[in-house]
Amino acid sequence: MPIVTFTADDGTDREVDVPDGDSLMETAVRQGVPGIVGECGGALACATCHVFVVDADPADLPAMDEMEDEMLWGTAVDRRDESRLSCQLRPRRPMHVRTPETQQ
Amino acid sequence: MNPEAAHVLVVGASHAGVQLAVALREQGHHGPVTLVGAEDHRPYQRPPLSKDWLLGKAEKDSVLLRSDAFWAERDIRVLPGERVVEVDRSTEPAVARTDRGTEIAHDRLVLATGARARALPVPGGDLEGVLLLRDADDALELRERLPDLRRAVVVGGGFIGLEVAAALRAVGAEVVVLESADRLLARACGPETAQELLDRHRADGIDVRLGARVTALTGERRVTGVRLGDDHLEADLVVVGVGVVPATELAESLGLVCDDGVRVDERALASDGLTLAVGDVANQPHPAPGAAAGSRVRLESVSNTLDQAAVAAATLLGRELAYPGVPWFWSTQGAHRLQIAGVSHADDERVVRRDPARGGLTTLYYRDGRLVAADTVDAPAEFVTVKKALAQGATIPRERAADVTAPLRTLVEQPVGA
Repeated sequence: MPIVTFTADDGTDREVDVPDGDSLMETAVRQGVPGIVGECGGALACATCHVFVVDADPADLPAMDEMEDEMLWGTAVDRRDESRLSCQLRPRRPMHVRTPETQQ
Repeated sequence: MNPEAAHVLVVGASHAGVQLAVALREQGHHGPVTLVGAEDHRPYQRPPLSKDWLLGKAEKDSVLLRSDAFWAERDIRVLPGERVVEVDRSTEPAVARTDRGTEIAHDRLVLATGARARALPVPGGDLEGVLLLRDADDALELRERLPDLRRAVVVGGGFIGLEVAAALRAVGAEVVVLESADRLLARACGPETAQELLDRHRADGIDVRLGARVTALTGERRVTGVRLGDDHLEADLVVVGVGVVPATELAESLGLVCDDGVRVDERALASDGLTLAVGDVANQPHPAPGAAAGSRVRLESVSNTLDQAAVAAATLLGRELAYPGVPWFWSTQGAHRLQIAGVSHADDERVVRRDPARGGLTTLYYRDGRLVAADTVDAPAEFVTVKKALAQGATIPRERAADVTAPLRTLVEQPVGA
């Protein structure tokens, strides 16, 4: 299982194992990573699982579809070039992401 | 007693109860927390039950709200499969008893008992093959019937009814939806949105009938049909989605004021000023933008459980927190995505945006000239724009709102002084 590092807005790191096939959002919520809300459970309905990707294998960053791109306009902290919704990422290799100051 | 050390008993282990327990720990509570749930399952997400999970597209563990390790790490005791049947407050501390005889001494009590699906009050409503859809066991039963399902009748044209109808249609069943009102989704959204979804479901091959009053369900032991006055429809499955009834029995036994749910104040406190209630069971001061002073509402949504749980956790810790979010709702009906921000009223002024290029529909609602809500069908960017604008106290000028040549987010005006 790849280890994903979540760096919170205050700089605190938290590492979690992401089971193969599970999304970053699901894993983060189930294991209680602060800074990821994921209100809609991965239905691409809420934009509360926003992350800034710090480091990742390009193969773990599939091209963004239109829906994700549109939802990212509504994140609580404004999107940047490295923004993704973590419900759309299913990493197979180690990854490092930063969570925004707030999701709501 | 230091409120951070108090033993908090949460009755109900679905979204609201779980969020309350989570929020308590996030806000610094370190005393014992016990979460008691009547169902024989670890706490799980309800929304997928009428969508992906019903079609076998979501795995069992993927619908869990939190991992087992999470509960252990946070030192939250979870008791599934037990129903709290009475709370004795004659002792200090008070003691709750479950149907299995477990006794739980506690300092504070939170009711997160939710709601149960309303049964269809007609003859034959309890025949085999007539299903309500509220919990995982209902969804499991429905899933088992899918392989040999030919013709399903769904009673109720609300969120659950339409989600299930779309799912059953997707597996190839003939599906009839019966709605007693003259339009769909009367409780949830405006007429344009309802008409859009009606057209889409009919185009998908679902036979949606409005103004259809079911008078009886027919069959010997198993349901075989639905009677509508003189009319009769054959069915080998009937799914009923006609709303819910808040589960207030325990609250009533404690003498708490109940009126369409447990009546609570802005701090989630019930009428005794001590017990708290959160989630679908709580009848609270209306928290949506533009709500009239003194109006009340019972919100059935995941977003409300997060916001209200944060409020209730603060109250338990002796602090005050204003309802932090804007109520919002979503309903994925087959390929159609309905998203709602805020709570609209029938007499709000409506501005409709239809984007012919992308096929989305947005209705913006204005009350006293102020943007208060929006419904979107397949327009996620517009939904998040309105949700964010409402949260920021921003608005979208009504006279420009119908201009689909401009992305909605470019029309948002921040409040003066922001």
